[in-house]
Amino acid sequence: MKEETKLARKKIEATSLMNRIMADYFLDLNQASASNSRKVAWCTSVGPAELLRAMGFAVHFPENHAAMLGATRLATDLIPEANAIGYSPDICSYLTSDLGAYLKGFTPLAKAYPGIAAVPKPDVLVYNTNQCRDVQDWFAWYARELGVPLIGITSPKNVNEVTEAHVEDVTRQLEALVPVLEGIAGAPLDLARLKEVVALSRDCTELWKEVLETATAVPAPLTFFDGTIHMGPAVVLRGTPQAVEYYRVLLAELEQRKATREAAVAGEEYRIYWDGMPVWGRLRPHSELFAGLKTNVVASTYCSSWIFPAFDAEEPLRSMAKAYLELFIVRSDAYKERYLADMTKKFRIDGIVYHDAKTCPYNSNSRYGMPQRLEAETGLPYLVISGDLNDMRCVSDEQTKTNVEAFIEQLEEGK
Amino acid sequence: MSKPVFVGLDIGASRTKVAVMDVDGALIGYAVKKSGTDFGRTASACLDISLKMAGATRSHVERAVATGYGRANVPFVTKTSKAEIGCLARGCSHYFPGALSIIDIGGQDNKIVKLDAAGRRSSFKMNRKCAAGTGAFLEEMAGRLDIPLEEMNDLARQSEEMVKLGSYCTVFSGTEVLESIRHGKKVSDIVKGIFYSVIKRVLEMDSLTDRVVMTGGVVAHNPYLVRMTEELIGREVLLPKLPQLAGAVGAALYARAGEAAAVPQPLLRRVK
Repeated sequence: MKEETKLARKKIEATSLMNRIMADYFLDLNQASASNSRKVAWCTSVGPAELLRAMGFAVHFPENHAAMLGATRLATDLIPEANAIGYSPDICSYLTSDLGAYLKGFTPLAKAYPGIAAVPKPDVLVYNTNQCRDVQDWFAWYARELGVPLIGITSPKNVNEVTEAHVEDVTRQLEALVPVLEGIAGAPLDLARLKEVVALSRDCTELWKEVLETATAVPAPLTFFDGTIHMGPAVVLRGTPQAVEYYRVLLAELEQRKATREAAVAGEEYRIYWDGMPVWGRLRPHSELFAGLKTNVVASTYCSSWIFPAFDAEEPLRSMAKAYLELFIVRSDAYKERYLADMTKKFRIDGIVYHDAKTCPYNSNSRYGMPQRLEAETGLPYLVISGDLNDMRCVSDEQTKTNVEAFIEQLEEGK
Repeated sequence: MSKPVFVGLDIGASRTKVAVMDVDGALIGYAVKKSGTDFGRTASACLDISLKMAGATRSHVERAVATGYGRANVPFVTKTSKAEIGCLARGCSHYFPGALSIIDIGGQDNKIVKLDAAGRRSSFKMNRKCAAGTGAFLEEMAGRLDIPLEEMNDLARQSEEMVKLGSYCTVFSGTEVLESIRHGKKVSDIVKGIFYSVIKRVLEMDSLTDRVVMTGGVVAHNPYLVRMTEELIGREVLLPKLPQLAGAVGAALYARAGEAAAVPQPLLRRVK
């Protein structure tokens, strides 16, 4: 019988380096915008960042900004601002909180990084709908509001196997972005530079994959909650040497921990797979809840979303297209089931927790019977928790706690 | 009385339930009170009532286990020892060994818990962040109809033509109730519709397998709901003798088995 104890996850030493890199990134972005020294592009998190970076744009990621609003527990106060201008409380709460922050003239960057007063002003908005249609609507509002060009990729969805036709389609769309971006940047695309950036993205993704896979070790040296923080450079600095360097340092630390069997969660007894988004406003309480039950959430679909094995410097645009199409969220349920079954084996999982995020159906895989099908196939018990990525009005802490505790007790009884 | 006793405290969002068990596993005392705003005081009062019924005092308490939403707020139980779903399962398994589907309708939560042939939990489901189908829903509807909660069961029994409520939402169901009143529907027919809504909301949470047991305060006070459930699922429904006490009994069983975090006796004695 377990007793509930308050246990924080073990601190990762590389965090201070990551914080410096992230600060440099935001300050550089601010400088580019304030001084007009470089053009600024806003990009969706799995949009064509490599292309933008190769063309010299400073790149801002509104999804990263929205996650900051969630993690700092400010989003719930900002969402109603967007609701009031017509954006439903039922759509993406990243969208509504980011728009709400803009409408209130607020950014958490100002508090975190002295000298930054506002998010950088965009010269172009570039989306990829591979994650959802909401990102396009999100950027479209800013395009109207700021009078900025909006371009992007309309991605196929529910892709089972990524075919040549899919890749060809997205490659052509990427190619069509180039002349528009060249016009805004005032310079032609340098193919050699694009190859360099894609190569750096490839290195970044490989290292990030290795970082996450250190958690296949028993006990795991890393948790899902660490992953949600340490994926920062993979999101905003993909295609840069800084991200690659950071993941080398992080990986070395985690390999060392693995070698000495240093557990991220003391006394790890149960290993959980997390499907869906994190509840950004509850990262710490959730981390403590699981750790207090000697349970480590060792793997997730979310953190693995920044693994892009397709990047290939020899075929930059085509490989970018393939990488953006192979993403979990783009794929069919049949693919997702196979993927989840493989992941649970690889990470030696005892049970799966599905986060059914109220405003993110695309990242919620518990709504069409997948948990039941997967349980029948793998025998792994599952739990569905209701919540949301940013809108804490959709979260019931007591119900989550009761559910998680009962689930771990169930695993205990089943052993 | 010199033999030790074992105590289970189920501090729910709506009601506090305490069960006292002897060494042989017999329920020898119990109490139920509104949880109110001071969980510790209510739990303490329930403990004293149930111990008195058992012919015991606090000094006889060998071990106590708390469960339910308010379990961390009970000052004399220092360890949060068991989640309520586990206690519910244990309590039901005690009365009905073997594979079960347990339907628990509480003040704020509904649960369907499934046990395998060995009495182990194979799955559980709780309602979403929504009061539909819970005791809170019945309380809200009784308020709308301006009738005492405890009269609902008899009213439902008298119904000749049920009024069906279509909404998933407690508040909108209230509007539908008002609409039915405007149309001159009988209160008894509306109440039966309210009961039907409760059962439908619960049954849509999960499928039912094996024998079915119902627990919780709502069915304890409204046995008509059990009959209605049997009609809807076309099967017999089992009821523990005290359906509201199932979780507290489970907690007491854990205390008796010594598996849960033990509560040192001095801590129990300190409570005035």
